[in-house]
Amino acid sequence: MSPEDYTYITKYLLDTTGLSLGENKEYLLEARLIPIAQSRGMNGIEDLVLSLRSQLDQSLKTEVMEAMTTNESSFFRDKRPFEEFKTSILPDLIAERKISKKLRIWCAACSNGQEPYSIVMSLRENFPELIDWNIQIVGTDLCTKALHRAEAGVYSQFEVQRGLPVQLLMKYFEQCEQGWKIKSDFDVGIQWKHLNLLEDFKHLGMFDIVFCRNVLIYFEPDLKKNILDRIRNQMNSSGVLLLGAAETVLGISDHYSKLPECQSAIYRVSGQKTQETQEVT
Amino acid sequence: MKTILLVDDSRAVRLVGRRMMGTLGLNVLEAEDGKQALEVARANPELDAVLLDWNMPIMDGMEFLTALRNEERDKQPIVVMCTTENDMPQIVQAMQAGANEYIMKPFTEDIVRDKLEETGVL
Ligand SMILES: C[S@@+](CC[C@H](N)C(=O)[O-])C[C@H]1O[C@@H](n2cnc3c(N)ncnc32)[C@H](O)[C@@H]1O
Repeated sequence: MSPEDYTYITKYLLDTTGLSLGENKEYLLEARLIPIAQSRGMNGIEDLVLSLRSQLDQSLKTEVMEAMTTNESSFFRDKRPFEEFKTSILPDLIAERKISKKLRIWCAACSNGQEPYSIVMSLRENFPELIDWNIQIVGTDLCTKALHRAEAGVYSQFEVQRGLPVQLLMKYFEQCEQGWKIKSDFDVGIQWKHLNLLEDFKHLGMFDIVFCRNVLIYFEPDLKKNILDRIRNQMNSSGVLLLGAAETVLGISDHYSKLPECQSAIYRVSGQKTQETQEVT
Repeated sequence: MKTILLVDDSRAVRLVGRRMMGTLGLNVLEAEDGKQALEVARANPELDAVLLDWNMPIMDGMEFLTALRNEERDKQPIVVMCTTENDMPQIVQAMQAGANEYIMKPFTEDIVRDKLEETGVL
């Protein structure tokens, strides 16, 4: 791949998805993009870049963006955040909302759906009193392919063995040709939506809990700050934010403070809403 | 150090299993069928866990599990099934017979670690 093509594609990805690849990732780009070029009968990456530059083919743009996302996820990923969600976050929030009986939860990069399904199972298993509540869970992601998988709720044998206790597999899944599928009579009530975090998300409304796990890690500090500040504006005054195990708001945004009783990266919003922060694109 | 008993009639599986359990910091015992496994379990009252295949000659995993759970012992080990019997009815049957977790073969080191953590062995 020529240095010019490399520069073009990395800049393109940075601008459209936030992904900051840095230098020397030619092998990664080639591994993911050559199959796309081939499937379209193109002569390698050079042709693909030409076509991207021409801005004519919208579906190619989407395909390139999606090919570069890392969709890895697992049920109850890292375990402890979900324990703390159950023991330290929900009891207080439930007490606070016992009149309105309403909770809104957002999974801001839900990938193939393991995260929102884990939340639903955790609520069902531990808080039966929520049965007559209005609980809204919104799962969003940039990657349409991942969202389709999430909505279908079908997982491989390997995936249902990562992080998911067999008792929950027995209770909430049924076997199907491709593996294991969320039971059709299990009313999960998750809304799936396509969303690029670089774009405006005010239309999603206000949330009590936001999972934004293992996505900001791919972005530059300025972009992390921009997204964290805008997420803050979508959170109620006692809202809680959960980040991935290797992520922090420290030194990036001061609109959150760490929950001292939690060991995971769990934050409560602090202070006022931020000044209107503009989306990037 | 916790002790786990690997029960599988395939020497290859025991070999792979032994290496994995070793890296996870467990002391490993082996048996190649249910009958041998019962003897090892009886000789080791402090046994913490069993990783148990289903289909084996002489005495299969389910017979072993039923016998083990009916034994009077001070400490009942955690039993994690590890088998190619990968259908829901079999999972249900094993859990009803007293298994604590279930691994569907082929397994990976990540899955084994997850399941042993899930059951408190690790
Ligand atoms: C590694 S997965 C994390 C999944 C899940 N939150 C977890 O922690 O297991 C990262 C997800 O972020 C999504 N993503 C990447 N860039 C994005 C963007 N700009 N807007 C929204 N989602 C994005 C990817 O499509 C991918 O599904």
